[in-house]
Amino acid sequence: MMFLRLFEGRLGWGLLLLAGLLFPLIVGNDYHLTVMSTAYIFAIATLGLNLITGYTGQFNLAHSGFMALGAYTLGILTVDHQVPFWIAFALSGVVTVALGLPLGWVSLRLRGHYFSIFTLCVGYILFLVIEKWEGLTHGTVGIIGIPAPAAIGPLTFDTPLKLYYLVLAFLVLGVWVMRRIVNSLMGRTFMAIRNGDELAQALGINLMRNKLVAFLLSVLYAGWSGALYAGFVRFLGPDLASAAHSFDMTMYMLVGGLGTLLGPLLGALMVPWLTQYMQFLQEYRFLIFGPLLILLVIFMPHGIVGSWLGWRARRQSVAAKPVAPTVTAAKPEVRRA
Amino acid sequence: MDVFLQQLLNGLTLGGIYSLVALGLTLVYGILHVPNFAHGAFYMVGAFVALKLMAVWGFNYWLAMLGAAALVAVIAALSERLVFHPLRHASGLHPMIAAIGLLLFLEAGAQALWGADFQRMNTPYTGIVMFAGVTAPVQRLLIIAGAFTLMLVLHLFLTRTVTGSTIVAMAQNRDGASLVGIDANRVAMLTFAISGVLAAVAATLYAPINLVYPAMGNLVITKAFVIIILGGMGSVPGAIVGGLIIGFAESFGAFYLSTDYKDIIAFVLLVVILSLRPQGLFTQGAR
Repeated sequence: MMFLRLFEGRLGWGLLLLAGLLFPLIVGNDYHLTVMSTAYIFAIATLGLNLITGYTGQFNLAHSGFMALGAYTLGILTVDHQVPFWIAFALSGVVTVALGLPLGWVSLRLRGHYFSIFTLCVGYILFLVIEKWEGLTHGTVGIIGIPAPAAIGPLTFDTPLKLYYLVLAFLVLGVWVMRRIVNSLMGRTFMAIRNGDELAQALGINLMRNKLVAFLLSVLYAGWSGALYAGFVRFLGPDLASAAHSFDMTMYMLVGGLGTLLGPLLGALMVPWLTQYMQFLQEYRFLIFGPLLILLVIFMPHGIVGSWLGWRARRQSVAAKPVAPTVTAAKPEVRRA
Repeated sequence: MDVFLQQLLNGLTLGGIYSLVALGLTLVYGILHVPNFAHGAFYMVGAFVALKLMAVWGFNYWLAMLGAAALVAVIAALSERLVFHPLRHASGLHPMIAAIGLLLFLEAGAQALWGADFQRMNTPYTGIVMFAGVTAPVQRLLIIAGAFTLMLVLHLFLTRTVTGSTIVAMAQNRDGASLVGIDANRVAMLTFAISGVLAAVAATLYAPINLVYPAMGNLVITKAFVIIILGGMGSVPGAIVGGLIIGFAESFGAFYLSTDYKDIIAFVLLVVILSLRPQGLFTQGAR
């Protein structure tokens, strides 16, 4: 028990980082590196989705739309306007947030289901605009020949290995920042909103402002992960904005555990590998993942990490009160990992 | 003037289809308070079943429609039992995710069974009626007649029969309905079955002037969501009026604005209306 608890603090994260750093030495082939790097990129976006959905309780279905927004900003700026990569990268975050602000403001006036349905529509608008506005986005042809990330000083990113470490660095940064956010007062505020927005409001929390901050932060994650995606894959089609990618990220989040820090990361890394091994199913993978998603929601709604935390909380409450094992701690109220 | 009438006809056609799909969605929302993202998949399955019944088994158009309606009703009722029933006490997020799982499963299933290609459904009604300078394909008139007849039947069913009233009662107050002896589980399954029938009929009516493919439900379902948000979720008249509004907006928008962007019109309308009236057009309560 003590041994396991040791893994939950810094040590656990350190070991994960070490595993990430050593991964290329273990696999040694470029294909696996590419799969892992793509998984990292989507993990960054999923971290963002988890902030608004898992921590703040607003299920945003336009997330892949914002990812595409970041990706297209980078693609258009670098290919059509020859803007240097890293400047375009920074701008892609700016553009995503700038568009996220009005969209978030309008959508967050709606609650619960209405918010989800509305964002689904927003995502669809983003997709259709990207597909139809050929003058700007090259339409269905897509953007071809996006430059790879430019060198930063002596660091170049011209091999899959170097790109892998670049993406890993961004993921580490993303997780670190997310950990700071979630453990801060702001993060607690978000969770208070998730647990009941009327109660949160009664505590003096400005709902709209906090939801909007959570939304913009999550969208920023999506935008930059999209920009990374563009620099990594170097080709963009409107497909990136389709709701299917939002659904994918939802699945990652749910498999790992909604509203936990480790959960979305775990899901985003695990599920793509599972699909890799079921490649014969590529097209039909949802024949398995669809029912799996339903079973998870019914039988394991807190995902892997959430269930583990809940189990531990129960163990602790039993250990603390061996005479009267009340199940009050069954609900994983403090969902930190 | 001819052009105007022509667009009016197109708007009625589209509006009729949208209303049927939105009606199923709104009924289910009224009972279970779940936005059923899989509803578009029901629509798609309905079109495929009708297509295959006609092409492979040689059913005629109306029999195929009946067959599709029956099968989709069973699928819908089953999904209530297996997916949504176990989640009736879960938080708002989880049933939505389960609905997405169902949607993905049905889409992948359709693709595995019937392929990802675009297919065309033949209709026995290929004639054209000329009336007052307007050319009206018979299929379009059929859609309008079929859709509005079905709406009327649904209305009579909900207001004039005991079974229909149980649905309305459940939507009004779940606990109250249980207190007077209404079996909530039965009503929930029935409602899902009805929504499946409406989706399948709409799909079979509309498929001959459109194409059949696994992702065909996605655009329709998002528009149906727009409609029921406009009309108020759970409101039957709202779904019909909302469907017609979107249908007209699209047919006139496609003609007077741009065909390329006609699919966006519904969503832009939604964004504009909700920016001004976050509570929807026809509802009083806050959300």
